[in-house]
Amino acid sequence: MGEVKFLQGNEACAEGAIAAGGRFFGGYPITPSSEIAAVAAAKLPKVDGCYLQLEDEIASIAAVIGASMSGAKSFTATSGPGFSLMQENLGVAVIGEVPCVIINVSRGGPSTGLATKQAQGDVMQTRWGTHGDHSIIVLAPSSVQECFDLTVEAFNLSEKYRTPVIVLTDKTVGHLREDVEIKKPEELEIVDRKKPTCSPEEYKPYKPDTDMIPPISNYGDPHLQRVNSSMHGEEGFLDMSPENSQKVVQRLWDKIEKNIDDIGMIETYHMDDAETAIISFGISARSSLQAVDKARKEGQKIGLVQLKTLWPFPEDKIKEAVKDCSDLVVVELNMGQLALEVERVFRDKDVLRINKFSGEDILPGEILEKLKEVPS
Amino acid sequence: MSYKDYIREEKLPLMWCKGCSHGITLASIARAMDTLKLDPEKTVVVTGIGCWGKSDDYFRTHVFHGTHGRALSFATGIKIPKEELKVLVLMGDGDGTTIGGNHFLHTARRNIDMTAIVTNNFNYGMTGGQYSSTSPEGSITSTSKYGTAEKSIDICDLAITSGATYVGRSTPYHVKQMDNLIAEAVDHKGFSMVEVTSLCPTYYGRYNYRANSVDMMKMMKDQGVKKSKYDELDESKKKECFPIGKLHQVEEEDFNTKYKKVKESIN
Ligand SMILES: Cc1ncc(C[n+]2csc(CCOP(=O)(O)OP(=O)(O)O)c2C)c(N)n1
Repeated sequence: MGEVKFLQGNEACAEGAIAAGGRFFGGYPITPSSEIAAVAAAKLPKVDGCYLQLEDEIASIAAVIGASMSGAKSFTATSGPGFSLMQENLGVAVIGEVPCVIINVSRGGPSTGLATKQAQGDVMQTRWGTHGDHSIIVLAPSSVQECFDLTVEAFNLSEKYRTPVIVLTDKTVGHLREDVEIKKPEELEIVDRKKPTCSPEEYKPYKPDTDMIPPISNYGDPHLQRVNSSMHGEEGFLDMSPENSQKVVQRLWDKIEKNIDDIGMIETYHMDDAETAIISFGISARSSLQAVDKARKEGQKIGLVQLKTLWPFPEDKIKEAVKDCSDLVVVELNMGQLALEVERVFRDKDVLRINKFSGEDILPGEILEKLKEVPS
Repeated sequence: MSYKDYIREEKLPLMWCKGCSHGITLASIARAMDTLKLDPEKTVVVTGIGCWGKSDDYFRTHVFHGTHGRALSFATGIKIPKEELKVLVLMGDGDGTTIGGNHFLHTARRNIDMTAIVTNNFNYGMTGGQYSSTSPEGSITSTSKYGTAEKSIDICDLAITSGATYVGRSTPYHVKQMDNLIAEAVDHKGFSMVEVTSLCPTYYGRYNYRANSVDMMKMMKDQGVKKSKYDELDESKKKECFPIGKLHQVEEEDFNTKYKKVKESIN
């Protein structure tokens, strides 16, 4: 049993990152994410890691990518505007297949918008913010414990699938204080990147194994590495031929989307006999949970599906969970970004949206009030 | 080993335009690697985007080909966890000091132990000869048909002011000097920067001097003046030329050394 501490979500993210083996943090301060940087700055030098505060978020994610290729598990933390600055190099991590973790503690927008207030408006920015077609892994904690656990999971998935992973939290989760069990590294399952087994002469940086993932040689290893942000063949040299481009983009997509069973995590609550299902994530899932408890007391058959994985969208798992429900209710702090995806998947069900974008959280009572609109 | 062992000969001929001097600089870097007997397994060549950003294709070392302007930031991350790596960052003037100006300033200030080799062709070659922050005022480019209305940056001055601990400049005409400067810069501990003025007859030369590569080479010969001689010239004469050779070197602890001391102080 690890140590139980009373921490903020942000602090738990930093603890999770270090427990998972994170040893390099490159970042630029922004509210409401800054506590992650502060904990990283205090703890990393004690575990032979490094905290580096860069000149902006563009440099931050670039340094994180570089450090990862030198073999250090690396992470950064930011909020919406900083995350926007990271988008171009997030694409480098995607096409260059560089494991790294980006924690986005979202706040109100657009732009500097509601700089110190709550929102969940980055659902689509995490999915489609960088240019081009690609898949992406996004995990969304709703409690301080999940901040720790899902950050560990984010490192593991990024190492396993050789891809950047985003942890999307929000201002309220980031600043929420709760008991959290900080597991020791030896109590955790830690995944490390796959290294080449061939001879250095035979090594091709982007030649995938049958699992679609190419082994990684780190800088300094005998197998010469060629990370390339341009469309490349297996050896890492530019190859813009139609055949190669089609093949590479498809593989980058498939290595994640075809492993959705492994990556996609949902949590269900009172779904056994539910007629109406709330689908939510982050702090909105916590409000929804209370709303479900209250509704149950009044005899309403309502359940909750909490998405711990937002992308790739775990549609099969959600379909299974809600198969007996006639109505779906999507609760989120934006104008309906997740609802768009739910509506895409469930064209045959009624989807009610509960949204707020005032900078405040949705309270359980507000959800209950809205639930009255569900046709019974 | 010979300098050729650092070059991927199978990738030749070079992709650059006729008369471009990037090939001369490339060979100079390979000779510097050979002089220092760098271990390819412990060497990382980092590039950005641009004509010179393609140079990583030709090196038989570890490489990183990143985005436009960010090469120094990727390189910073590469160097910090693995101090034993020799990191060479190859950037054009656009890459290095225009879009990448902020990173240039801060990487120099942090004194990260690496070598930036900035080829300055006074314009953006890759995208069709637009003006750069190093285009001399009044330059004709594809986006300044009537002459630029902006002051230009002196890359070496910027590096020195920002805190680089080794700064030098050479030209494709002064090859021996370039070899030595690059070798010395790579050997220097701390942030070193070598500016190599370069010939872009396709765009810059044609627009501004109606010059071909040979004419431009002659200009480099005439305008590149050894620093000791340059310092003695009148101010009016200085305007017609630029100093070459080692311009600045100081010994100062690099970032990794300082950070190690921070760690030792708390552990
Ligand atoms: C963010 C971004 N903006 C613009 C470009 C387009 N672009 C590619 S190369 C280049 C300029 C290259 O000039 P320089 O760095 O001086 O190198 P050269 O080609 O002259 O060697 C530009 C603007 C880009 N790739 N990325």
